[in-house]
Amino acid sequence: MPTRREFLRAGAAGAALLTLLRRLPGHAAAPVGVLDADERQALTAIVPVMLAGALPEGEAHAQAVRDVADGVEVAVAGLPLHLQEEVAQLFTLLTFAPARCLVAGVWRPWPQAHPEDIAAFLQGWRTSWFSLLQSAYHALHELIMASWYARSESWAALGYSGPPRLA
Amino acid sequence: MTIRDPVADGLAAGWKVTDASALERDLRLSCDVAIVGTGAGGGVTAEILANAGLDVVLLEEGPLRSSRDFHMLESEAYPQLYQESAARKTRDKAITILQGRCVGGSTTVNWTTSFRTPPATLAYWGERLGLRELTEAGLAPWFERMERRLSIGPWQTPPNENNQALLRGAQRLGLGAGRIQRNVSGCWNLGYCGVGCPVNAKQSMLVTTLPAALAKDARLVTRARVERLRIAAGRVEALEARALDAQGIRPKAQSIAVRARHYVLAAGAIGSPAVLLRSRAPDPYGLLGRRTCLHPTVVSAALMREPVHGHAGAPQSVYSDHFLERDAIDGPIGFKLEAPPLHPLLFGMTLQGFGAAHAALMRQFAHAQVVTALLRDGFHADSAGGQVLLRDDGSPVLDYPITDILWQGMRRALLAIAEIQFAAGATRVLPAHEQATGYDSWAQARAAIAALPLEPLLTRVVSAHVMGGCAMGANERSGVVDARGRHWQLGNLSVHDGSVFPTSIGANPQLSIYALTARNASSLAAALAGRPPA
Repeated sequence: MPTRREFLRAGAAGAALLTLLRRLPGHAAAPVGVLDADERQALTAIVPVMLAGALPEGEAHAQAVRDVADGVEVAVAGLPLHLQEEVAQLFTLLTFAPARCLVAGVWRPWPQAHPEDIAAFLQGWRTSWFSLLQSAYHALHELIMASWYARSESWAALGYSGPPRLA
Repeated sequence: MTIRDPVADGLAAGWKVTDASALERDLRLSCDVAIVGTGAGGGVTAEILANAGLDVVLLEEGPLRSSRDFHMLESEAYPQLYQESAARKTRDKAITILQGRCVGGSTTVNWTTSFRTPPATLAYWGERLGLRELTEAGLAPWFERMERRLSIGPWQTPPNENNQALLRGAQRLGLGAGRIQRNVSGCWNLGYCGVGCPVNAKQSMLVTTLPAALAKDARLVTRARVERLRIAAGRVEALEARALDAQGIRPKAQSIAVRARHYVLAAGAIGSPAVLLRSRAPDPYGLLGRRTCLHPTVVSAALMREPVHGHAGAPQSVYSDHFLERDAIDGPIGFKLEAPPLHPLLFGMTLQGFGAAHAALMRQFAHAQVVTALLRDGFHADSAGGQVLLRDDGSPVLDYPITDILWQGMRRALLAIAEIQFAAGATRVLPAHEQATGYDSWAQARAAIAALPLEPLLTRVVSAHVMGGCAMGANERSGVVDARGRHWQLGNLSVHDGSVFPTSIGANPQLSIYALTARNASSLAAALAGRPPA
């Protein structure tokens, strides 16, 4: 197991990488808190894997993915600026092709990526020795789970009928 | 049945409330006392000072929302009523912190759990920290006063099944357990305290002390972020705040300046130290923002044969202090056991894993039972709490290392809860931990939990109780404020909130804040008004 010092070093290296990435052309202009088209594609690829088994099947599936992704964007726009910046850094990392391949291990562009490769990426970050990647997994987990389970159409499967009527 | 909304009534009756997000020019105010924050400390202070005839201005970073806005929806409540959309975390992201950010502060969104400060905590403060005036007997009248004011008393309705299971499991194991007192009046037993009480049964600051103060002409400015105190010659000269936009995210151009005879910080145990740090307040002994405690909390879910419906009915009506009372207060870390409310969004975020495994667990939501263990930090020599730091943009972040002694306590806590849950009839127990897979028997759970790697970001750790950072001290070398909440270096500044606690409380802190604030605000009122308060 890594020592605490190694964790810290990994975190510092990761932070330096992200700082570098933010300076790459094409990313500096992305407005904080709103995903650009590439970032939205990454999110759209990750949502159905994070929520596999939870989202409706069939025709409703694509709309549910869009709704969850919309909810994530709304949630990010409501975060304090320092957290919006962190989410922006995360999506910068996910959409920088070399990082997607080497850090996430997803070799195909997000729209073509296989669900099992995305699941392996999520599982890898979840159990990573690099605390930066672990916390990035948690950010995706929280944003996507919160977006879906905020929605009333997710509740029937839970046996939750929603807030009671007060009348 | 019509639900009375005292906030709507008060606004109609002419309360002096300014939403700073709508300001078109700078605002300059003067008053007797400026209070930063409207939670447990700010609310109680405002009422007592206003009753003493003092001219009070309250500043609040969050919005004014009331029962007509509370629709029992997590999706609305977390972004509107909580700090950082309920996503506030410690610096290493290992601990999620739930704190209110709205008029009424955390009292608007807490779960109504009301305990007096445990005698063991007061004894430690007196004997070990020299805070001898804070005795059980000396504080009793202040507890009684605030219990009356906020309708705190025994909760007569039978516990919901989530809490009943904690009681049943503890009793079968011969562990002491009791019923929790709550600050409610005419409670409907709905279970949505955490997203704003829709029927104004919860006696939060929003419906008690703040309306009373506003009715006595106190002024309230919302969506105002206090940036700093202007300090000169050992006194606060003015308070400088910035208007926020309507969402409370971006600062606007308009500023707010308040000049007062006296200033009270009640912005919570992250906010109050942050204001003083940004103000470069004198801190000759390096105590400001230090020793911040959290009651770091671990979570264990169980599946029961019968439905639990943990979303319904009063949250946290049963507790067990067996593991708080077993060892010395500064020995192995003790913990308090409680059963929180379960709602889909927070449950889905807290439950580990993703994909099919997570979805399968979520489908058991109605049968899920959850117990939390709140660790009593800040007493053991190796549990010195955390430190409030400022980011480059001036916003605060809490650095809180989880030390080995705390991890040991967390492991004992997860073991203790699992045993209780099986004793209560659980078919499966699942600690909130990325590597926990769920266990079908106590024997299996005992072996597996003993082997779990307890580390940051693997173990789910949460906190709803931030305490310390402007600790009381018997002298200026040992505290930021004295036992009356008066700043040791700044003559016209007091701190009235959970940041004055020199350790954790060892119980949900709201009633400790109410009572200590009532005491300290009363003496402040007497000093400022030149006569004892009514």
